[in-house]
Amino acid sequence: MKKLLLTIGILSMGASALFAQKYMTRTGKATFDATTSTSPEKIAGKNNEVAGLLNAGTGEIVFQMQIKAFKFEKQLMEEHFNEKYLESDKYTKSDFKGKINNLAEINFSKDGNYKTTVTGKMTMHGNTADMTIPGTITVEGKKVKLSAKFKVKLADHKIVVPALVGDKVAQEAEVTFDAEMTQQ
Amino acid sequence: MTKSKIKGLLLACMVTAGFSATAQDDLLNELNSSLPPVKEYAFATFKSTRLIDGSTVECLGPGVLDFRITHRFGAVSSGAENFWGIDNAYTKIAFDYGVNRWLMLGIGHSAFNKEYDGSVKIKLLRQQIGAGSPVTVTYFGNTSMETLPAPTLADSSYKWLASNRMFFTNQIIIGRKFSKTFSVQIMPSMVHYNLIDSAKYKNNTYAIGIGFRKMFSRSSAITAEYFYRLNNSSMTVSGQPTYNTFSIGYEVETGGHVFQLMLSNAQALNERTFIGQTTDQWAKHQLHIGFNISRVFTVVKPKGYEEKGGDKDNKGSWGSAGGDKDKDANVTENKKSVKEPKKAEKKEFKKSPKTDKDFNVNEKASSNW
Repeated sequence: MKKLLLTIGILSMGASALFAQKYMTRTGKATFDATTSTSPEKIAGKNNEVAGLLNAGTGEIVFQMQIKAFKFEKQLMEEHFNEKYLESDKYTKSDFKGKINNLAEINFSKDGNYKTTVTGKMTMHGNTADMTIPGTITVEGKKVKLSAKFKVKLADHKIVVPALVGDKVAQEAEVTFDAEMTQQ
Repeated sequence: MTKSKIKGLLLACMVTAGFSATAQDDLLNELNSSLPPVKEYAFATFKSTRLIDGSTVECLGPGVLDFRITHRFGAVSSGAENFWGIDNAYTKIAFDYGVNRWLMLGIGHSAFNKEYDGSVKIKLLRQQIGAGSPVTVTYFGNTSMETLPAPTLADSSYKWLASNRMFFTNQIIIGRKFSKTFSVQIMPSMVHYNLIDSAKYKNNTYAIGIGFRKMFSRSSAITAEYFYRLNNSSMTVSGQPTYNTFSIGYEVETGGHVFQLMLSNAQALNERTFIGQTTDQWAKHQLHIGFNISRVFTVVKPKGYEEKGGDKDNKGSWGSAGGDKDKDANVTENKKSVKEPKKAEKKEFKKSPKTDKDFNVNEKASSNW
């Protein structure tokens, strides 16, 4: 009996995952800013090719981006970012796997703004860190817009800032994230 | 609670926990499989557009200006009275500009024979990671002209033509980044001399160059470069024998500068001299200490970073992560800047036709919380 219940439980979870609506994007925008008050120039980059998939049934959400897709104001900064900081030859991608904490409060079939937090793991530069990110979910018909602002500690991902420029690059990067996801 | 109940509960917890973890991986795999394959190119094969004397496969980025000061002192073998060569230096000042991702144009002036030169560099192939081209291939062309006063000719029936002063170089540079720290390039080269010492020699000198760069720290590397002539190796210049050029160097990068220090038997700084007309040799320790300093400037900012694009406006709103306190500031900021950057942004990120309105629009959304 217990086994039967368990099986039904798992099956129904699986079924809900299978039939749940999924939302996808390939054009999410992530920008970061690691400028400090002593930086001689603005240290910031943006990636407009963040891919993501949201399972509205389970609240699971994943994002992935190519590090080399980050664009900078200065080409040299882009080169340094890739070569010396994120080592994108070795760690080509960064991803986030998480789950919406207040899924019950979000109605994906009704337009509106919902505040939320997403808890998950962010992998960058080959190192994974647990994160809880506050943000908003805006439902607009068949689209779901996500936006969030949060900080990424470079140390969490073992991204090393040389002592020479230690006060010119922030130890925590401010990240702004926006994505418009469309129903699959 | 019976033992079996506890066991059951535990099992259920484990199963659900395991399920949710793998579900996220599954979701990521699902996302991955739906994405088109990414073409990845090697970058920073060499740190600069010049290895030591010769060019590398690298071009400048679009809108980037490189100001380069090159210095070669006299021969170390010239002794203490010349302060081991430091007294006699040739300088070259050059500007190179990246027109787009694959085209670079340059002008320069070198003190040796007061030579002006213009150059063009075209990236033909980019090394790709995985499938695709295993090498980066770049064409380099250079035309130079001496501007020394015309010599008095023994036979007055001869004329000293302007074309006598001109030299042309063509190079195909094939480079490969083997690892994060090690890159090699081969440079098949052809130099055309309009005027040569004797009819015994050919006007075209063909040579093969080889160069490498090995990094030994985050910012510094050792480099070497050698040009081997396939013909004309017995060519003389104003009666002096010529030798193949071999140079070793050390380069260090600090911010926007690349500083290169080298030791070479070539003193003059244009292709026509260091490929085919080097009159000094390692065997006699006729070596020249020299340095190159390169400083890059971003003249034209890439699309999406134009001044008017509102990045400066946004700086304030990036300043506090997740704070509700700057909500009002954001909203007003966005209202005024929503319209103007649209045009500039639209052209740029072609892959995102639906959502590329611009950053400010999205800022608006994020400022809701």
